[in-house]
Amino acid sequence: MDFLSAHAEIIITLIKIALLMFIVLTVNAYLTWFERKVVAHMQSRWGPHRVGPHGLLQPLADGAKFLLKEDPTPAGVDKFVYFLAPLLALGLALTSIAVIPFGPDPIRVFGHNVYLYIANPSIGLLVLFAITALGVYGVALAGWSSNSKYPLLGGLRSSAQMISYELALTLSVVGVLLMANSFNLTEIINAQSHPAWGIGFLGWNIFSGPFPQILGFFCFFVAAIAETNRVPFDLPEAESELVAGFHTEYSSFKFAMFFIAEYTSMITVSCLCSILFFGGWLSPFPQSWTFTYYLPSLLLIPAGLWIIWDGIRYETIFGKVILPGLGTVFTLIGLALLLPQLQFINVFIQGPFWLLGKILVFLFVYVWMRGTLPRFRYDQLMAFGWKLLLPVSIVNVILTAFFILLRSKP
Amino acid sequence: MTASLLVFFVLAVLAVAGALSLIFQKHPIHSALSLIVVMVALAGLYLLMGAEFVAAVQIIVYGGAIMVLFVFVIMLLNAGLEEHTSISKLAGFPGILLALALTGFIGATVARSAGLTQVTTGNATIPGALSSTRELSTMIFKNFAYPFELTSFLILIAILGAIVLAHREN
Repeated sequence: MDFLSAHAEIIITLIKIALLMFIVLTVNAYLTWFERKVVAHMQSRWGPHRVGPHGLLQPLADGAKFLLKEDPTPAGVDKFVYFLAPLLALGLALTSIAVIPFGPDPIRVFGHNVYLYIANPSIGLLVLFAITALGVYGVALAGWSSNSKYPLLGGLRSSAQMISYELALTLSVVGVLLMANSFNLTEIINAQSHPAWGIGFLGWNIFSGPFPQILGFFCFFVAAIAETNRVPFDLPEAESELVAGFHTEYSSFKFAMFFIAEYTSMITVSCLCSILFFGGWLSPFPQSWTFTYYLPSLLLIPAGLWIIWDGIRYETIFGKVILPGLGTVFTLIGLALLLPQLQFINVFIQGPFWLLGKILVFLFVYVWMRGTLPRFRYDQLMAFGWKLLLPVSIVNVILTAFFILLRSKP
Repeated sequence: MTASLLVFFVLAVLAVAGALSLIFQKHPIHSALSLIVVMVALAGLYLLMGAEFVAAVQIIVYGGAIMVLFVFVIMLLNAGLEEHTSISKLAGFPGILLALALTGFIGATVARSAGLTQVTTGNATIPGALSSTRELSTMIFKNFAYPFELTSFLILIAILGAIVLAHREN
């Protein structure tokens, strides 16, 4: 017991890391399901629907497939670098989640305040950029070490693309930093909590004065999509020209590691967009509107009831059992949050609820773009990065600084 | 205290090992990777001294941007194994002499200063040290604004020179 209380901080952090890893990997798995379903419906298809009801067990099947597949190492690869690359990609992507704060208030467990982040460094945003800067190596080294022309071309493209867009990515947040006066993500969110006329969303960086960061957000989101190698900037893995780009020679779980890394960085970018520009865990409504606290219940109960209704009509026996069960759980959680005795939980989940809602919106935008936009040509990509994003983000910095000076000097 | 000393020695060993590996690796990419290890270890040392901004910038600029450029060029040229020539005359006797002199110089400086334990006292912020981002920016943009601007001008000239040299053949 003495040992436990003496090392409480470390033990709590380790448990938090394990928990967050589990959550992030699960969300990753279901993000693939979400993406396939949404893109399929955009293209008038059904998407995965064979494994489990509505294909809900598809991620599990995919995971098992990745684990059990043969894992050949091609001839002539640089062994050390070939094995290092996926490790680097996944390790860095997962590390970046550690500095994201998911809620304002700590949970009290055995007399210890457990905050909803793993680390809260005063230079949180710089840490994220440092990790992003190193993230290029995963892709570049994978392309080089595979000893094959398509991965090499993919790796080269990706290095050039990531160097080009990193500048715009970094410059586009300077406006936010100037307004918050801090690199710390928690302080950046708190700086957005003083809205005009008390209307929540008017305090968010994208709408609030002295200079609304609309340009900054545009540059940040576009550059971030390019950094994560997603459509329409997925040239490193353009399948029509480069087979599968930098991970052509990787199979089995090493391929899965690149895959998970990509989806994890999508989550990180969505978190950053919500935190930097859309007020993080702050509610868009005025603080006095306490009835908005029932929104989670208001969403959970109809969703649960709909899942029960859908489950009863489902064709397979398995679906008839699983879906109504899931729906009942949803409905019960929603009803429980309405109880007066559990109001402290309802108040506590408001922050995480809004942050997760915003993250989900950005993840949907990612998938939406994949479903609608064609890929850029390489010269278009470079011209867009250097001739549009970079100048616009510099103009944004200058304008923001100007308006902040104008306001501070009476 | 002991923990920070332990971290210091781990990072120091990592940095020195990376530097040695940089010299002795046969392949340019492996050398570049070793240099990245050195850069990241140095960033860790800065962090240990409480200079968090410098540490982050060390990784972003050196570990990220510059080394990515190195790796990119090596990949682009598809450089093979390094060719080893017989040791040059300059690197022979005078080189060893110079290396010994430098080692002696550094050793003497360390011996003259307050000793190893004092050097590694970790987080204790030295007065006037560049610890926080705010102090650093005050230094650069207020106290040393002109030297800083002159340096950036110098770098701009170098960039323009590179462009002129690259365009001359056309």
